[in-house]
Amino acid sequence: MANTMPRSFLQAAATSEEVAPPLRVVQIEGLAVLKIIKHCNEFLPSLVTGQLLGLDVGSVLEVTNCFPFPIREEDEEIEADGANYQLEMMRCLREVNVDNNTVGWYQSTLMGSFQTVELIETFMNYQENIRRCVCIVYDPSRSAQGVLALKALKLTDSFMDLYRNNNFTGEKLREKNLSWVDIFEEIPIKVSNSALASAFMTELEPELPVKQCDYDRLKLSTAPYMERNLEFLIDCMEDLSAEQNKFQYYYRNLSRQQAQQQTWLQKRRVENMARKAAGEEPLPEEDPANPIFKPILEPSRVDSYLITNQISNYCNQINGVATQSFNRLYLMKALHED
Amino acid sequence: MAVLQFFPPSSPVVSSKLHAVVLFNICDCYVRRPDQADRVIGTLLGSVSDGVIEIKNSYAVPHNESADQVALDVDYHRNMYLSHLKVNPKEVLVGWFSTGFGVSGGSALIHEFYVKELKEAQSSIPPIHLTVDTGFKNGEASIKGYVSSNLSLGDRPLAAQFQEIPLDLRMIEAERVGFDILKTTVVDKLPNDLEGMEASMERLHSLLDEIYKYVGDVVEGRVAPDNDIGRFLADTLASVPRMSPAAFDKVFNDKIQDNLALVYLSSLVKTQLGIAEKLNTAAQIL
Repeated sequence: MANTMPRSFLQAAATSEEVAPPLRVVQIEGLAVLKIIKHCNEFLPSLVTGQLLGLDVGSVLEVTNCFPFPIREEDEEIEADGANYQLEMMRCLREVNVDNNTVGWYQSTLMGSFQTVELIETFMNYQENIRRCVCIVYDPSRSAQGVLALKALKLTDSFMDLYRNNNFTGEKLREKNLSWVDIFEEIPIKVSNSALASAFMTELEPELPVKQCDYDRLKLSTAPYMERNLEFLIDCMEDLSAEQNKFQYYYRNLSRQQAQQQTWLQKRRVENMARKAAGEEPLPEEDPANPIFKPILEPSRVDSYLITNQISNYCNQINGVATQSFNRLYLMKALHED
Repeated sequence: MAVLQFFPPSSPVVSSKLHAVVLFNICDCYVRRPDQADRVIGTLLGSVSDGVIEIKNSYAVPHNESADQVALDVDYHRNMYLSHLKVNPKEVLVGWFSTGFGVSGGSALIHEFYVKELKEAQSSIPPIHLTVDTGFKNGEASIKGYVSSNLSLGDRPLAAQFQEIPLDLRMIEAERVGFDILKTTVVDKLPNDLEGMEASMERLHSLLDEIYKYVGDVVEGRVAPDNDIGRFLADTLASVPRMSPAAFDKVFNDKIQDNLALVYLSSLVKTQLGIAEKLNTAAQIL
């Protein structure tokens, strides 16, 4: 009896440790924002990535600094070099008192086409080492329209569980009630600046009433952006229909197999009936050696889920830009009437 | 006869352009400096074209300073430089920064080191020295750029003279991000498309109002007319293409129709997705 008391305390401690507050906000320093944007813009049109450094404080993940990765090359020697680079950079930054805690990574994207299997893979890799990590996605093409296109993403826990066990059958998904919306979770971003930096910016803010972002926002031509968006959308639709064909094929095969199994079973039962009448042992009603009992592998649904996500992303972008265009057009009309 | 010679800057450096990220990095380094340090120094990276040095990147270098000597962690500087080159070989060493107001005593020694580094790298320009007054000594943000020139007596070098060069602090990138975000210490939410648009429209509106008022004042004779402004306004008005109302209406309506078609398409696709999902789950139940 005396033994149980301390153990229950330990258990209580263990359970309370496990329940970490959910991640609510990603707080990025202005420095990190600028560094991400600089790196992503400089290397356009190639896509780049980098590491985020910061602190994990309760339900807030602070991103205080970051550093870029060199452009990856398919060469083992260079890959080892890349790992060295990362360690070296972390060591150097620690020496000047930068938080040296990896909290995730950032990457640039083209028209928001970031929902790929690779992204999930990277997430899983990071998640192995860090309990809480985010991916910050920056879209230079959208930013050219005068929006700060930064997004903080993470995978939802339920999706991660399924992915880890590679359980992407329709049954499991239904059981967990996981739909395509539940793969990624967007976390609101907060920007913070040191008092010093904010003082400098307030001092140095030009007197001009019109800023570069205003010009970007009021540009009338959106056609190139829209066109590419639509192109991507059409590609995705094609991919989706290919995926759906795959499923149809699977279901057709499945039902054919079931029919075959039924007929086989019928035959076997008739046979057994005959054997019973003849006083013989009945044959088993299953035959694993028969090819028609081999289960057909259900194709994974990850791809189609990701494509669906992608499509809805494009739709949102098209909607957003179209609304902006309406605004601009009516403004133009008003100006012209004057 | 010994001649006191002053070499005017033999360099083609005319001015320098500072990117916002560098300023932010310097501020961050200063905030994170070691306990006993008064200032932080570091290396500046960037590019040179037509005598304009563009300072694009920076990193702090640990150093120790006492009354008469300065110890700079040279290995650290070189390691970091190599790492940076791996990411972006186009950003080369262009100089160094220090916090504090103006040039101070130890600076000449550090500057000499960077002069040597740049010579080794066979750079065509002398290093630029950037000072950022993090203490706001004069109650204002003073950021200055210097290049040094040698003062020598005959062949004997006497001293180095730091000469200020113009610094462009306009920071276009910061404008893109938005000063509203960079200026305050905490921003709770990033502005989305429409909020940004609204802000821009409001600004445009207030500008138009201002011009309207100004023109009204000039016409009424309350304000002395300024020919330059007048010409500028005339040019602006002339840049609006002349179109007949009918033609404009056609262009306008076409555009609106296009946009509506796009919105329609995207909602159609979304509906399709909804149906597809329902059908898929239905298929699973089968």
